[in-house]
Amino acid sequence: MGSPKVDPVGARQLPSQVVKADEPLLVAAAKSGDISAFETLVSRYERKIFRLTQNITQNREDAEDAMQEAFLKAFEHLADFEGNSRFYTWLVRIAVNQALMKLRKRRPNVVSLDQEVDTGEDILPREVEDWGPSPAQRYEQTELSDILSKTIGELDPPFRVVFQLRDIEELSTEETAEALGLSVPAVKSRLLRARLKLRQKLNPYFKQEKKS
Amino acid sequence: MKCKKIINELQDYLDDALDATLRSSIEEHLGRCTDCRIVVDTCKQTIDIFCNSEPAPLPLTTRQKLHEALAKRLGRARA
Repeated sequence: MGSPKVDPVGARQLPSQVVKADEPLLVAAAKSGDISAFETLVSRYERKIFRLTQNITQNREDAEDAMQEAFLKAFEHLADFEGNSRFYTWLVRIAVNQALMKLRKRRPNVVSLDQEVDTGEDILPREVEDWGPSPAQRYEQTELSDILSKTIGELDPPFRVVFQLRDIEELSTEETAEALGLSVPAVKSRLLRARLKLRQKLNPYFKQEKKS
Repeated sequence: MKCKKIINELQDYLDDALDATLRSSIEEHLGRCTDCRIVVDTCKQTIDIFCNSEPAPLPLTTRQKLHEALAKRLGRARA
């Protein structure tokens, strides 16, 4: 019997490197005062930005306020956007800052993002049940959204925020480190723990049914 | 290579940031260690599920509040 096939992990292109063709034009128009161009950008990203602020703050009112403030700040500071990164990446950084301010205000005792956090031995996986192919397709879209939102909400903020930026918004490790004021090794160790914890939390939903 | 070493290198393996030699020795281990292969596969699926998930539509009242606030502020900027 041959060895099980190992699914190779291919290098994927991060969406933060992919720009919709019309985006530079919309940004340029918005910079020159075209409000409808800015509104197009808002409509394009409002769902993603709200998911981001909701996942970080875990509070609807704070998430709404943080989203609003992020878009308004983005508009006010459009002149500072130099186009070295994708507009969305720049917007995400503004939204993360707004969401973190809300989180700190509501939960002042929360572990500071730049504080040392324990990423020690307890990350070693204990449950190793297989999920089988396409586990997410077992759920309806809204049910899946609820599961993902619930599981990420159970992570401690320092891990949740890093996972949100790196694996949901797909910023690079360096962009994530810069946005959060962390070192690259700190981002990597938090991300590893977040990924393993989430894998463990998703296990009950996605594990393969045992054949009797 | 031991299972613990796989966990230590998991991050760079998943992000395709390992040199070819280390990568192939990890894949050789994964070919014969079912537990590690499952951890790596399910971890990769975890990332893919989150990464490919569509954000839910904005609740109507949330969208209204956002666009009213923008109209108010942007309208002032236009004036």
